[in-house]
Amino acid sequence: MTATLVVGLDGHGSGERAVIYAKRMAKLIGDCNLLIVYIIEWSPYTFQTPEENAERHQRREEEIATAMKRVVEPTVKALGKDGITAKGVVRHGNVADALNAISLEEKAEQIIVGRSTAGGIAERIFGSSTAKLVMSASIPVTVVG
Amino acid sequence: MTNLNKFSLAVGALAMSAVPAIAQEAQTMDEKINAGFAAATGWFVNFIFAPIPGTGFPWIVMWLVIAATVFTFYFSFVQLKFFKHAISLVKGDYSDPNDAGEVSHFQALATALSGTVGLGNIAGVAVAVGIGGPGATFWMILAGLMGMASKFTECTLGVKYRNEYEDGTVSGGPMYYISKGFNELGLPGGKILAVLFSIFCILGALGGGNMFQANQAHAQIAGIVGDYPGWITGIVFAVVVYAVIVGGVKSIARVTEKVVPFMGILYCIAALIIILVNYDKIGWAFGQIFAGAFTGLGVAGGFVGALIQGFKRAAFSNEAGVGSAAIAHSAVKTKEPITEGFVSLLEPFIDTVVICTMTALVITISGQLIIDPASGNYVVEGGKIATIGGTSGVSLTSAAFASAFSWFPYVLAIAVILFAFSTMISWSYYGLKAWTYLFGEGKTTELIFKIIFCVFIVIGAAASLGPVIDFSDAAIFAMAVVNITGLYFLMSVVKKEFNSYKSRLDSGEIKKFEH
Repeated sequence: MTATLVVGLDGHGSGERAVIYAKRMAKLIGDCNLLIVYIIEWSPYTFQTPEENAERHQRREEEIATAMKRVVEPTVKALGKDGITAKGVVRHGNVADALNAISLEEKAEQIIVGRSTAGGIAERIFGSSTAKLVMSASIPVTVVG
Repeated sequence: MTNLNKFSLAVGALAMSAVPAIAQEAQTMDEKINAGFAAATGWFVNFIFAPIPGTGFPWIVMWLVIAATVFTFYFSFVQLKFFKHAISLVKGDYSDPNDAGEVSHFQALATALSGTVGLGNIAGVAVAVGIGGPGATFWMILAGLMGMASKFTECTLGVKYRNEYEDGTVSGGPMYYISKGFNELGLPGGKILAVLFSIFCILGALGGGNMFQANQAHAQIAGIVGDYPGWITGIVFAVVVYAVIVGGVKSIARVTEKVVPFMGILYCIAALIIILVNYDKIGWAFGQIFAGAFTGLGVAGGFVGALIQGFKRAAFSNEAGVGSAAIAHSAVKTKEPITEGFVSLLEPFIDTVVICTMTALVITISGQLIIDPASGNYVVEGGKIATIGGTSGVSLTSAAFASAFSWFPYVLAIAVILFAFSTMISWSYYGLKAWTYLFGEGKTTELIFKIIFCVFIVIGAAASLGPVIDFSDAAIFAMAVVNITGLYFLMSVVKKEFNSYKSRLDSGEIKKFEH
């Protein structure tokens, strides 16, 4: 049976550390696929102007295409070169909830994420996505420091 | 004294002597704008508000009431039966997680609400209660409840017949559903009605969505800093609106869109506190509302006067049947147009049944309306109920809130300015959609409309309330004439969608998503 590991990217250094660790795990497991996931933070409960709403579908497509091209595809390609099967997914939503939902859909064994880079007041007010994921995930989570 | 000081004193004295001259000139300029405006729009206003022969009842009010009643019965009280389902939809229970990132039901509702919640709820209600007495509130609530069915019908059609362009943007609204829907059913005249609607929509955008807002925002500011010419406020507003809609300074609009809901909540909390503190008067206030609804309690025109005012101001506030919300709601991502109809029926409820009622209760409880102690009826002067300090419109609401919180007029002034601004931004979009429907999409045609829109802000701020409110009402109700005609022909389309959705919901085919 092939094991699937979900790797959460954030477009920063911590995501790269998560990829390096996931690569090592995949090699150790042997029969293992990596699912590289990038979540665009988005809430359905924000307030927008009529014009923003009218253009929303177009913007969403652009956001997905940009994240795919800049963050996800280069990682998937690099992993492929190293002989690791990987595929990429970009989705909108709350980072912790969406990572967990994708992991359940793909029947993944584990979620690997980097330690969140946010700190200080922002983290105190809004909390960190990593901490929320660790507390709410339905499958094991590895946080790479 | 140094020469510099002497100089500054001299300049100061000169400036002081010049101020009255400028003010006088400006006052006459305001008067000129006012007189010219009233003369230009009078015939239109008279036609829209013409009474049914032999009665004092404007035919347009009857038109709206009949439509709301027809839709309520045709969809067998959808506003009551699907109220809970509408809340479920807004919460996202039925939203596919794979559609995350698209416009949600909540966002479409919030956007449409920020276009309607505003001065209609603050100033409009004060006008209704000031003329029709507290009894007008009863008819306003009834109109709000019935209007939910009209809103349901138009917003379903708005999503069903919207245009989706190749670049992913969408355009929807009555002009699209009337022309496409009529075509689909093989009915003639769709295009003519759509063009007529667009013309009235542009006038509505310039009237209720613009001049009325500018006018009342000016009244608020002048009430605090002292009287000064309206065109000055107009120019300031016009510049800011221009920066947003032409200059693309979206940050201003974004900030407003985020602040407005909080102002709305703050307004409701303040109203609730006033109502709760005066809990011993709640029973009396409702008594006044019910008694006034059927007897008028001495207001001009008696109970019919209260009814007309209630229905008029409710329609102006929640815009049910007008067609504007269908433009705002059409951007939502859904495979089922009817779901947006359900969501939209919450709009008149929040706007009219909740917020307008709160304003009316605060005005009634505050005792701003003068009652003749001998008869228990309201004292009427010049067709209006006499108020303490002779206030009307937004200043009546302001005075009512100030009777409990002396600082509230300042908060209200900020709220009014922000509400006015967000309503203007919304209506500039509705007007623009109608404009581009008529003249085609394109940078130059869009710019022409946007400049006209900004010019009307200055006119609206300078003119006095009477002619502005008459024209605003007339233009918005004219939209309803065309829109409701279209809705009568297309309601069978909505019925089909409604029945199909209902049976799939009952059979369990439409399920909640696990989030």
